[in-house]
Amino acid sequence: MRGQTSGPGQTAALVGVGFTPFTRASGQSVLALATEAVANAVRDAGLHLGDVDGLSSFMVSDDSVPCVAVSSALGLGPLRTVLDVQLGGQAPCHLVWQAAQSVARGDAEVVVVYRALNGRSGARVGSMQFAGMGGQYRYPIGYGAYLMYVGMWAQRFLNETGQGPEDLGAVAVSQRRYARDNGRALRREPLELDAYLAEPFVVDPYRRSDCTVEVDGACAVVVTSLERARDLAHPPVVVASGCYRAGPRPGLDIGDHLLWEDYTRNYTSWLRDELFGRAGIGQGDVDVAEIYDCFTSTVLMGLEGLGLCARGESGAFVRSGACGLDGRLPTNTGGGLLAEGYLHGMNTVAEAVLQVQGRGGTRQAPRHEVAVVTSGALMDGSALILTADR
Amino acid sequence: MAGEAVSGPGPGEGTAPRPDLESAAWWEGLRSHRVLLQHCRDCGRTRFPPMPSCPWCAAAAFDVVESTGRGVVYSFVTAHVAVSPGYGGSLPYSVATVELEEGPRVLGRVEPPSPLAIGDRVVSRFADHATWTELYFEAVAAHPSEPAAAHP
Repeated sequence: MRGQTSGPGQTAALVGVGFTPFTRASGQSVLALATEAVANAVRDAGLHLGDVDGLSSFMVSDDSVPCVAVSSALGLGPLRTVLDVQLGGQAPCHLVWQAAQSVARGDAEVVVVYRALNGRSGARVGSMQFAGMGGQYRYPIGYGAYLMYVGMWAQRFLNETGQGPEDLGAVAVSQRRYARDNGRALRREPLELDAYLAEPFVVDPYRRSDCTVEVDGACAVVVTSLERARDLAHPPVVVASGCYRAGPRPGLDIGDHLLWEDYTRNYTSWLRDELFGRAGIGQGDVDVAEIYDCFTSTVLMGLEGLGLCARGESGAFVRSGACGLDGRLPTNTGGGLLAEGYLHGMNTVAEAVLQVQGRGGTRQAPRHEVAVVTSGALMDGSALILTADR
Repeated sequence: MAGEAVSGPGPGEGTAPRPDLESAAWWEGLRSHRVLLQHCRDCGRTRFPPMPSCPWCAAAAFDVVESTGRGVVYSFVTAHVAVSPGYGGSLPYSVATVELEEGPRVLGRVEPPSPLAIGDRVVSRFADHATWTELYFEAVAAHPSEPAAAHP
C-alpha cells in the first residue's frame, strides 16, 4: 500500500459535501445560502447539526458572512474552533488542512468549511476595487480586473514555455465535456476548439471561455477524525497532506505582482515538494486532479507546477485527452470553475471528495484512490492530497 | 531621459490615484515628468513599488534615483472589453509590465496598443491629466545596428 507515512494529516478525513444551487441571481441572503450548504453537508455526511463544533470560512472584502452568523442561524452548540479569513481562492485547501489539524489535535471533532456568496448578483470579486496600497498603480490606467492580472502571467507563461491559444483552448474544451452531465454547472453547452478560437478576445490572451463564470451560491465540506469517519454515510476521504505557500515578495495586495520574479511559476511550484513529501505519494500515483481554474492558464501552470507535467508540456498533455475521463489524469471533473461556477475553489475541493468517494456518477474517474486539489492562481495558494482509506 | 509631455486620451479622473506616505514622491516625480525610484543604501537594489524597507534586505535607508525611463516589456495584456472599473479611455488598449533598465518592474499603458510583444523595447512618456500625471510607454523602433530585443 502507498502512503504509509504517519502524520497529523492521516488522522482526519473529509466525510460530506453540501451545495446550494448555483445561479446568476439567488434571490437569497448570503447567510441563507451559507446555512443551506452547511446543513446539506452535515446531512450528507450522516451527521447532525448538534455534532458540529467548528466552522471555518473565507471572504473577500466582506462579501460573505462570518462563522458566528452561521452558528447563530443554525442554532449550533458551543464552537471549539472558528476561523474567518480574508482570502479568496487561495483559501479552501488551506482551511481544510487547518480543520484537519484542529481535529488531529483534538481541538474540535467536526469542522465544517464553507464558502458562500452572491458572487454574480452581489459583490463581484473579479472587478472589485481593493483599497490596498497597490491599487493606485492599477486602477488609474485601466488595469483593475482580476482577469487582467492573471492574463499578464498567462501571456508570459505561454511565451516562455512555447505554448499558445490551442493550449488554453484545450483546457476549456476538456472541462466543458465534464460539465454536460453536471446539473450544477452553469455552462453545459458543448464547446469545440474551433468555436473557442473563433471567440473574440475579452482581454488578450483570454477569450470568454478562458474565464470562470461568476455565480451566486454556497458550498461546504465536513472534516472529522478518520476513526469517526469510518462509521458515517460515505467512505472516508483521508486528508493525507496539505500545504499553503506565499512565495517571496508576493506583493502589496491581490493585484500587485511587480516584485514577483517569475510570472511563469505560481505557488504550486513552491509547495509541491512539501505537499507530496508529507503524503509519501509521488506524482505518478495521482488518479484525479482538481486544479484551481479561475482561468484556463492556471490549469496549465498548476499541472506543471505540481510536477504532473514537464515544463512546457501541459498544453500537449491536455490536447492529448489526458485530462478526460478515459485519460491518464482526469482533471477538473465537474467542469471546474470555468464551467460549474466560481465558488472560489470550495467546489473544487468538494468535487475531489465526491471523486475519491466514488460518487462522481457519469463523470466518475475509473481510478480514484488519490486526488490532488489546489486553491489559488498566483503568488499564494494551497493544496491537498486526498486518498481513499487504505 | 524622461520623455516629452503628451496629452492623450486619458483614463478618466474618476480613477485618479490616491497617493499615500510611501508613494507621494513617485506621483510628485511623474508630475514633473521624472520616474523616481527608491534605491536601497544597504544592498544597492532599486525597487518599485515604493516601500518603507527593502524587499530583499529589509533595510530602511534608501536614496531616490531617477530612471532613464527605458525598459523592456516583461509581459502585457490587451483589453478589448472595458472590464476595468471606472476606465474611461478608448478600446482596445494594452497595459504592460515593463522591466526598467534599473531593474524594477512598473505598469503602464503602451501606445500604440499593437503590435506589441514580450521583449519589445519601450521608453517612458507622460500624459498630464487634471490632477495627476500618467506614466505610459511607447515602443522604440528597433535600429538595424542594435541587437534584437532580448528576453530578460
